[in-house]
Order: sequence, then structure tokens, then C-alpha cells
Amino acid sequence: MHELPVTEGILSVALEAAQQNGARRIMAIDLVIGELAGIVDDSVQFYFDILSKDTIAEGAILRFRREPAMAACGDCGHQFTVEAPLTAVCPVCGGIRLHVSGGREFFVESIEVDDEDPGSEGDPERERSGGG
Amino acid sequence: MKIPVVKEILSANDQVAAENRAEFDAAGVFVLNLMASPGAGKTSLILATVDQLPEEVRPGVIEGDLASTIDADTIAAQGIPVVQVNTGGSCHLDAPMIRTALPNLPLDAMHLLFIENVGNLVCTAEFALGADLAVVVASVPEGHDKPYKYPGMFASADAVVLNKADLLEVFEFDVDYFRSGLEMLNSDAPLFIASCRTGDGINDWVTWLLSRLR
Repeated sequence: MHELPVTEGILSVALEAAQQNGARRIMAIDLVIGELAGIVDDSVQFYFDILSKDTIAEGAILRFRREPAMAACGDCGHQFTVEAPLTAVCPVCGGIRLHVSGGREFFVESIEVDDEDPGSEGDPERERSGGG
Repeated sequence: MKIPVVKEILSANDQVAAENRAEFDAAGVFVLNLMASPGAGKTSLILATVDQLPEEVRPGVIEGDLASTIDADTIAAQGIPVVQVNTGGSCHLDAPMIRTALPNLPLDAMHLLFIENVGNLVCTAEFALGADLAVVVASVPEGHDKPYKYPGMFASADAVVLNKADLLEVFEFDVDYFRSGLEMLNSDAPLFIASCRTGDGINDWVTWLLSRLR
């Protein structure tokens, strides 16, 4: 269930950034989410489509960049990416002194906005009629 | 046009958590955020801990639950100030819920506040409340693989209490495997192996907690 408040967070961060920059429409939101953060992409987009209705973010695409968690072996030094459920042993030397870091990222990296007046609402891919 | 943002998704919650923390600090209250699966023994650990506190360390409790006042009633029956927060279906407490509960707690008359989060090993780790310490209560019947399956929770812990240690043999619980999983995520968090039922190990946990308090 926590995808709902997470999505509210994404929307409010994006709307605030758009307002500060005088943007009229948000076309896309770039998110950085760690592999260990426990968030389901499809679920967030589903909630987002509902929550963003009648805002300037309606129809925006959420783009997820997944940041891996890294494990480092304390015995042989081998480094590899991990996700849950974590492995208990190093795949190279079989050592069990692993150290996992990263994978907890959880932020809005950027938003893509259209600063033109949205003439045809709900159609972010429309051709621009003028020169610019 | 792309606009760089780089802002935490839960920054609104984090902001309220910081306000909570400031209020706790001003009142001189040390705060624990207790997180666990349902049934791991959060309420039992609160009661067992309070039982061993020196008289001058006065406790209070915020009970988070989806619904019901069962846990709050248990705490209140021991004469401990308690506020129930029903999350109304939400799977975790968040900072605004704590904020709402604060006026109903005698902060000036307490030193140690236990916030018992909703039973859940995923969501609760993501929402800061303004606590000084995040404490994960694991329990033997859940199995020794929990740190491997819920890394986010164990990575965010300042301490882990493994409860129901009187059942270690019954469940063939591999403490070393559990400990390795915790240490790979989080080499700083001490692990306390305890049983709220027998009282074993509670003393070590309370001693450590009091050392953080002062």
C-alpha cells in the first residue's frame, strides 16, 4: 500500500518544481529508485495516472532509473550487484563476509516540461505549429 | 525542456519528521521507532523494557495500528501514558500522524518515548518519524532469512532485537546466518538475542538503550 503515499510525494515534488520554473505542463518525471527501496514501478504509474488528473502533470510518463545495491566481499574483494533476497556467499570465493551498500536511493531527479501553452490538452506528443 | 530537481520523494514527510524531532529534543525526550512483522513482540518488548527502566526514566508510548486499541489497552493497563494512532488501513506510520498524536502525550513528564509502528517489514522503513533510533524487532519463528529478504528494513536499523530466543532450538534458527545477513547490510547495529517471555537478554538491551539515552 505504500506506493500511494510515495506517488503523492512524486507528484507534489514535480508540481512544486514545475511551478517554481513557470512550466505549464509536465511531460515526464525522472525518478531514481534504489533496488532495495521496495517500490513497484507499475503500481506507482497506476496511482500516478489517477492522482495527476486535472493537474499539469496529467498524462506524464514516469521514468524509473533503478540504482543497484552493491556487495563487496571482505575476503577476496570481488564486487557485484545484488537484489533481494540477498545472497549470503561470495560467488567467486564462497566467503561470507559481504558488505552491501547503496540501493536505497529514492528521489526525483528531473522533470521534463513543455513551456508552450498546451493547445491540445492530453496530447503531449503534438506537433508544434510555430517555429519555436 | 528538462529541469533538474533532485529532491527526495518523501521530502514532505521528512520535513514534518524534522519538526517532530525538534519538539522531542526541546522536551528532552529520547524516541525509539520500533519496527517489526506483526506478532514479533513489539508490545512485549516495550513492556519488558519499561519493567527494567530506572525509576527516573519515565516512559511513554505511541501505538500505531491499522485499527483497534488492543495494544494501547495493554500498555495503559501498566499505567504507562499511551496514545493510540489508528492508521485507517495505511501500512505504516508517517511523520504527520506522529505530529497529530503529540498534543495528547505529556512530553514534559517523560524521557523515553516508544513509537510502536504498524507490523510491516517494508513500508515502515521508508517513512521517517523523527525518532532518535530505529529499532527492528525480529523473532525466531519468522526464520533466520529475514535480513536477506527485507534488506531495506535491516539496513535502516540502529539496533536489532531478536525476540523469542527461547524457541531457537524448536525452529532450528541459525543465529550465525541471521547475524551475517544483518552485518552485511549494517555493521553498526548491535544484535540483542532476547526473550520477552523468559526475560533472557532483555538486560543487555536495556543497558545498551540507557547508554544511548545519557
